[in-house]
Amino acid sequence: MTADHAAYLSLILERHGYAASNLLQILREAQDLHGYIHPDVIDCLAAQLSIPRVKIEGVATFYSFLHLQPHGEYRVLFSDNITDRMQGGAALMEQMCRQLWIEPGKMSEDGLVSVGTTSCTGMCDQGPALLVNGRAITRMTAARVDAICELIRTRVPLSGWPAELFRVEDQIRRKDMLLGSDFQAGSALAALLAQGRVETLDEIKISRLRGRGGAGFSTGAKWEACRAAAGEQHYVVCNADEGEPGTFKDRVLLNSYANKVIEGMTVCARIVGARQGFIYLRGEYRYLLDHLQDVLRQRREQNLLGKNILGSADFDFDIAIHVGAGAYICGEESALIESLEGKRGTPRNRPPFPVTHGYLDQPTVVNNVETFAAASLIALHGGAWYAGHGTPASANHPGSSGTKILSVSGDCAQPGIYEYPFGVTVEQVLADCGASNTQAVQISGASGVCVAANEFGRHIAFEDLPTAGAFMVFDHSRDMFEVARNFVHFFAHESCGFCTPCRVGTSLLKNMMDKLAHGHGSPYDFAEIEKLDQLLLSMSHCGLGHSACNPVLDTIAKFRPAYDQRLAHTEYVPAFDLDHALQQARQMTGRDDASAHLDACAHPGEPR
Amino acid sequence: MSAMSFMLDGKHVPFSEGQTIMQAAIVAGVYIPRLCYHTEFKPHGSCKLCTVKVNGRQASSCTYQAQPGLVVESNTDELNGERRALLQMLFVEGNHFCPSCEQSGNCQLQATAYELQMMTPHYDHFFPDRPLDASHAEFLLDFNRCILCALCIRASRDVDGKNVFGLAGRGIHTRLIVNAKSGLLADTDFAAADKAAHVCPVGVILKKGAGFAVRIGRRTYDIKPISALPQTGEKDN
Repeated sequence: MTADHAAYLSLILERHGYAASNLLQILREAQDLHGYIHPDVIDCLAAQLSIPRVKIEGVATFYSFLHLQPHGEYRVLFSDNITDRMQGGAALMEQMCRQLWIEPGKMSEDGLVSVGTTSCTGMCDQGPALLVNGRAITRMTAARVDAICELIRTRVPLSGWPAELFRVEDQIRRKDMLLGSDFQAGSALAALLAQGRVETLDEIKISRLRGRGGAGFSTGAKWEACRAAAGEQHYVVCNADEGEPGTFKDRVLLNSYANKVIEGMTVCARIVGARQGFIYLRGEYRYLLDHLQDVLRQRREQNLLGKNILGSADFDFDIAIHVGAGAYICGEESALIESLEGKRGTPRNRPPFPVTHGYLDQPTVVNNVETFAAASLIALHGGAWYAGHGTPASANHPGSSGTKILSVSGDCAQPGIYEYPFGVTVEQVLADCGASNTQAVQISGASGVCVAANEFGRHIAFEDLPTAGAFMVFDHSRDMFEVARNFVHFFAHESCGFCTPCRVGTSLLKNMMDKLAHGHGSPYDFAEIEKLDQLLLSMSHCGLGHSACNPVLDTIAKFRPAYDQRLAHTEYVPAFDLDHALQQARQMTGRDDASAHLDACAHPGEPR
Repeated sequence: MSAMSFMLDGKHVPFSEGQTIMQAAIVAGVYIPRLCYHTEFKPHGSCKLCTVKVNGRQASSCTYQAQPGLVVESNTDELNGERRALLQMLFVEGNHFCPSCEQSGNCQLQATAYELQMMTPHYDHFFPDRPLDASHAEFLLDFNRCILCALCIRASRDVDGKNVFGLAGRGIHTRLIVNAKSGLLADTDFAAADKAAHVCPVGVILKKGAGFAVRIGRRTYDIKPISALPQTGEKDN
């Protein structure tokens, strides 16, 4: 058995230079070939990479898409974001399980198939979506479930499935300076080389460009700090681990604007002095890998990557793509770096920050896909041009220059990609996407802000409503409690488990929300939820724990009736159904009169 | 020599270059609650018991570098209340039955809970299913009590040079595993002389044949509360 594994592993190991830092990539590829990671594979890798098996097992069990046991020849995972649910994803999953005679999450007896759920796959504008063996399928319908069940039952290999199933559309509805401008590959690099790296860095600073991943750190300041940091090597990392529920703009940028993104990375590399870059591509976007490799290859051929870029003697830079394996936490930059190094995606203690101690402890810039795309435009057209768009800086705030790409999904006629200058109102976006009867908008995903109708005049901008791009619309038919509950389940599933408050707290929060959902809640639970949220906010290790309570706090504050209607009791605290617990005693004594019921005792005189 | 210091709960605490708030506090004999920190190992920063407010913002004192003039709050009702909640979380996450536990009185989790006056577990218990590992001739692993502090992992890796222990899984399913295909301690190179055999702050790693050698009531934390014991040097099991 070991020998069999050794054969295909040696090819994979060869490709990855027998480097332990490529462990996650090696495990992914080993699983692609064998279906799961066999215990012998771990032994073999431990020997070949000289790392203990306990570490390999630790990594292999951290990521949702890696398995130590068989999960079926076909592994179907329905995207479980609230938007997929609103589009009927749950019912379609039930239908599929019924037709395949299996239970959710359990492999069929013959080892053919398993069906389960996964966190948002980034197809919210064309859901309900799912993944089959890691490949994205959009626009699921009952008919598509029938077709897929048939393909599975007849064991048609994925390569033989109709291409139509795998069609993913960009759905760009509004273009502005980033999506609308013509761009010649290499033009920004030529401008950079003509202008000089310090001068180009100045332009980035003048542009007031801020990180598009949501946190909004000044890009110029980040690059300058990394440039100034001492190290043997500097690294540039593109964070394409777009895991925030409801966000899918990076998918479109990588699909149709990859040159802009990669050129931005190359500009950054020149400025900070990096020779190696990485694109950390979320596992759900695995289908984009070949396309991205093609773009990289073309750019090497055009001398826009590789040695002596554009003939410049001291300008070497190349990019490798790392594919994630299902862990939202790896969107956090220090967890992403851990994952790049082939480890469990646990956020690091900070400081030190990645700009001084990042990949392999060397100075590293980590920026969002959209940030790099914007940087290439700034290198080409100048900082002042860019800063002329968006909202102006004020005495106490740097403002929000440029544009923001929104991923619009949910209850609207035209979901998709919308690029606006910063400062656009929620109202305007709602009008443009054809939303009506809107109850609420979740800005920036599960970790973001839920705004109600009286706030629709607010602006998308770092100084008002900062966002990583998600814009999920909910009309009045939606139950905002269920929206919050979906997000709470998401955070519990995605907590890395490193720190106590987030590891235990997100699960406690999930249980409390479920308790409310099942009708056992009381006002006491609100106090408990708020207390727990406070604890997560103050004690958690990273942003995941800090923001895990946002959806609940927002919806309790703004949509209280959605919670109140769940309250079976307004006075006391039922941890479970006391009256139901007496059922057995009633049966044994043959009684069913009023005084054998607890409710009657609690409220004497009231008819039951 | 110019002495550098910061303020901790209104008192000057001196420190030397490179020390964390926790290290300086320990040298000064000030107790800051902690479970995953151990003076001999690189800080981990995961239990969050040692969270303090540094100039008004929460930070883990075991990883935060001391700097001159910092204003640090630790022994406040607010922080102790939150620490109590963290302890309650640890108690409901695992299966901690103190009255029947061999480590009762020697357990830092129990001692810290007494210290912070935790009266009830408060939250609903998870009652996880965590089988014991009694495979090893000299040691028993009772994972029910694991609080994922990673001390045994660090001790085995950094001191013993063995990597006997590691973490697996994610989120609430995170668990301690051992370095063997069988998953059994007997199939690792774990030995009684290992540092890792003696650092567990709770009762996961237990020496066989030595149970209850010291009577309950006469154990480390039965005699003095954890805050009143010398702050330098941890109890070795």
